[in-house]
Amino acid sequence: MAFLEIRNLEKTFGSVRVLKGIDLDVEEGGFLVLVGPSGCGKSTLLNSIAGLETTTGGSISIGGRVVDRLHPSQRDIAMVFQSYALYPNMTVAQNIAFGMEIRGVPKPERDKAISQVADMLQIGHLLDRRPSQLSGGQRQRVAIGRALVRDPLVFLFDEPLSNLDAKLRVDMRTEIKRLHQRMGTTIVYVTHDQIEAMTLATKIAVLKDGLLQQSGTPAEIYNNPANLFVADFMGSPAMNLVPVTIGSNGAAVSISTGRSDSEPLVLSIPNAPAGLAAHAGREAIFGIRPEALTDRDGADRNARHLAESECLIEVVEPAGSDTFAVTRLGDRQVTARLRADANVAAGETARLVFNLDKAVFFDPESGQRIL
Amino acid sequence: MSTPSPDNAANINKLARGLIYIALILFAIYYLLPLYVMVVNSVKPLSEIREGNMLSLPSVLTFEPWFTAWSTAQIGVQATGLKPYFMNSILMVVPAVAISTLLGALNGFVLTKWRFRGDNLVFGLMLLACFIPFQIALIPAARILGLLGIAGTTQGLVLIHVVYGLGFTTLFFRNYYAAFPTELVKAAQIDGASFFQIFRRILLPSSGPIIVVTVIWQFTNIWNDFLFGASFGDFDSQPMTVALNNLVSSSSGVKEYNVHFAGAILAALPTLVVYVVSGRYFVRGLMAGAVKG
Amino acid sequence: MLTRNRLQDAVPRLVLAPSFAAILLFVYGFILYTGFLSLTDSKMLPSYGFVGLENYRKLWALPHWWRALTNLGIFGSLYIIICSVLGLFLAILLDQKIRAEGFLRPIYLYPMALSFIVTGTAWKWFLDPGIGLQNTMHLWGWESFTFTWIKDRNLAIYCVVIAAVWQSSGFVMAMFLAGLRGVDNEIIKAAQIDGASTMTIYRRIIIPLMRPVFLSAFVVLAHLAIKSYDLVVALTGGGPGQATELPATFMYSYTFTRNSMGIGASSAIIMLVMIFSIIIPYLYSELRGGPRA
Repeated sequence: MAFLEIRNLEKTFGSVRVLKGIDLDVEEGGFLVLVGPSGCGKSTLLNSIAGLETTTGGSISIGGRVVDRLHPSQRDIAMVFQSYALYPNMTVAQNIAFGMEIRGVPKPERDKAISQVADMLQIGHLLDRRPSQLSGGQRQRVAIGRALVRDPLVFLFDEPLSNLDAKLRVDMRTEIKRLHQRMGTTIVYVTHDQIEAMTLATKIAVLKDGLLQQSGTPAEIYNNPANLFVADFMGSPAMNLVPVTIGSNGAAVSISTGRSDSEPLVLSIPNAPAGLAAHAGREAIFGIRPEALTDRDGADRNARHLAESECLIEVVEPAGSDTFAVTRLGDRQVTARLRADANVAAGETARLVFNLDKAVFFDPESGQRIL
Repeated sequence: MSTPSPDNAANINKLARGLIYIALILFAIYYLLPLYVMVVNSVKPLSEIREGNMLSLPSVLTFEPWFTAWSTAQIGVQATGLKPYFMNSILMVVPAVAISTLLGALNGFVLTKWRFRGDNLVFGLMLLACFIPFQIALIPAARILGLLGIAGTTQGLVLIHVVYGLGFTTLFFRNYYAAFPTELVKAAQIDGASFFQIFRRILLPSSGPIIVVTVIWQFTNIWNDFLFGASFGDFDSQPMTVALNNLVSSSSGVKEYNVHFAGAILAALPTLVVYVVSGRYFVRGLMAGAVKG
Repeated sequence: MLTRNRLQDAVPRLVLAPSFAAILLFVYGFILYTGFLSLTDSKMLPSYGFVGLENYRKLWALPHWWRALTNLGIFGSLYIIICSVLGLFLAILLDQKIRAEGFLRPIYLYPMALSFIVTGTAWKWFLDPGIGLQNTMHLWGWESFTFTWIKDRNLAIYCVVIAAVWQSSGFVMAMFLAGLRGVDNEIIKAAQIDGASTMTIYRRIIIPLMRPVFLSAFVVLAHLAIKSYDLVVALTGGGPGQATELPATFMYSYTFTRNSMGIGASSAIIMLVMIFSIIIPYLYSELRGGPRA
């Protein structure tokens, strides 16, 4: 039995089904990131775990105990909010200790806990200040401190970094990861930022429209997206998704897509699995990540199968560490990721290499993965 | 289980909610009772009021008190009813509201989009003017109105109400325009628009909500004013509130309570109608007047 | 071309100038003039014989003035406290996801739309022993019920409090309700996770957050209390005797009916000082840091 278990969870607001039967497990010490576009139900799911929303069906258990009918304070959880939700009329120390005070923990014990947490987060010098006198990053630390001091079974984070500026966000991300490694406490974390999800999670759950699209390790989600939505949502720049026709010529399977500026692109796929051959003659969506589409120098030497083609480069975007080259396949913009000093120019053709080991295929109607 | 059983909690919750509703309804009665008493007793014959219960519904329904209050009741020395005073109030309120709102809009525009050295001081002085006890202005204002030759006239009252309303109208528009994108004004300046063109073409079209708030606020305040009306008005210009007070406190003859009540409702009617029709804006105006500069 | 630009640059200030000049004259000029009169021997008409602080000495020696100040102390503090407590209480009740809120809220608030003259008229009869509450109770069979505060020298001032609270408490409720609705929902969720009960959340977190609302309510109510004139005129006429005299009514009667303009002017100056000592620190703290977006 997993540490945090969510079984067939349902939530409706009036006639709107916000959560449509969610099933999820997290092992003890795991870091689950709930990710999805706004309105996908990820925050509702988090609030349901916290007990801040009553669910309409299904069940949640934490550490082997069903918590469905328990008040938030009895679920042995702690939560960090997007707005930090610090009590404005209390000092930092009072904020951190408020929960203990409510539970009747004696003052000496409270003070000890406060100083421990303050040391850990390096906020000792802020304890007598009020939230309004703190910077965004400091408020964030205090909010985390208030959660830490509870020493809960599960930490819940609701988009905790979205109010910080870009640089601070990266720093706090690292800090949260470090904290998790040191404490080893189970965490459920909501974000709409897929980079946060990739960097922090031991397990990612992608939600859309109240449905769980896929859950798995970051590598699974990234390399083996279950459907078009997950493929498109995770990764930046996004995965290239091109409509193609699957053709077969005896044992050889190939895919082709039209190009407005030159010959149709045809890539043959040797040793194609039977699954792909079965779709011969039909349309599919061909997915390839930008890093699997490079020039010859950048191509993965261990790849079993590479295909090449001359492509007209429309735009070149140097990004410092890489250069992105944009071409067009089957009416879609396609991004290739090249070395920083790659020799490409807009308006000229360049020879691009497709790493077909990394290619994925989706059914254009259902959006589900074919292969 | 250390937790309360949910059913029990639900019962407690239901009980608490019941008590909340009872309290809320009792307060609603408290606020409605005086209005109810006025309305009910304004349609009773005088004898029924004297002998009967002020809370009971009329056994004989009569609108006579309303007609009396409107057109024949003794106000001060003349038996004119409230009608001419109602007209006085209208003639005073309409121009005073219009002028003070327009000036407030222009002032707010200047103070937010055409900042100059000392503008905050100017605004502070104008705002402070909202709060002065008007008693302090009574003696000199009477002299000024006399010097201008408009003592005892509606124009005099309009002038007084415009001046003492400017602080609030400026405050409303200033706060509203502060949130209006300055870039739009700059863009219009680059397009060559003049001050008044920018005001008329760019700001006014999006000022609807604050105009409504300001007009309601000014209308209510000026209609309900008593002090200025009593100090600077005479028969041709005294407003409704003064007339009502004269009607109610005139000591001659029998006290016709039903006529007094009818008169009070007549005096309250315009602001009540405004409140019922646009209560949301009314509340917003109160807030804007009370909270923040 | 250059002169035309100069002219255009001056337009905003020219637009603001008449309003500002009017306020300088009608507010600050009048304050100076009244302040000057308070140092003269003016009786029925202004006169310019300088008498120094004689009027203030006389004023503070008048039992009548002390009566007015004591009454203001009683009335003002009760009015502010009851309105704040009641307003907060009603706002908290209404904030419990009340289904009929849209129906109840306007009922609590409508008295604010009425003139104090109307409010005074209504409550005058409601509190009158002969036809009001007492009479009603007697007719309902509660013969021993007595409620004659309005005729009682020591208690009549509390009748003014009752009527004024009736008029203003709904407005304070609306201010608090807006404040409560502005509290970040996540803070309440955080407190729930910390295990705080609803009572504790209100006591320890939400009500302390209402401090700015308390302050605004205090300022608004305090300045209304000091200016209170119409309500007393309509409700009690300052009586019985001088039992409900307030500084505002005192000023009016000394200036216009008792022909002691010098003393009237000095009482107006005292009122101004009282109001400014509340308002100026408030406005200063609100306006500090320039206009709010």
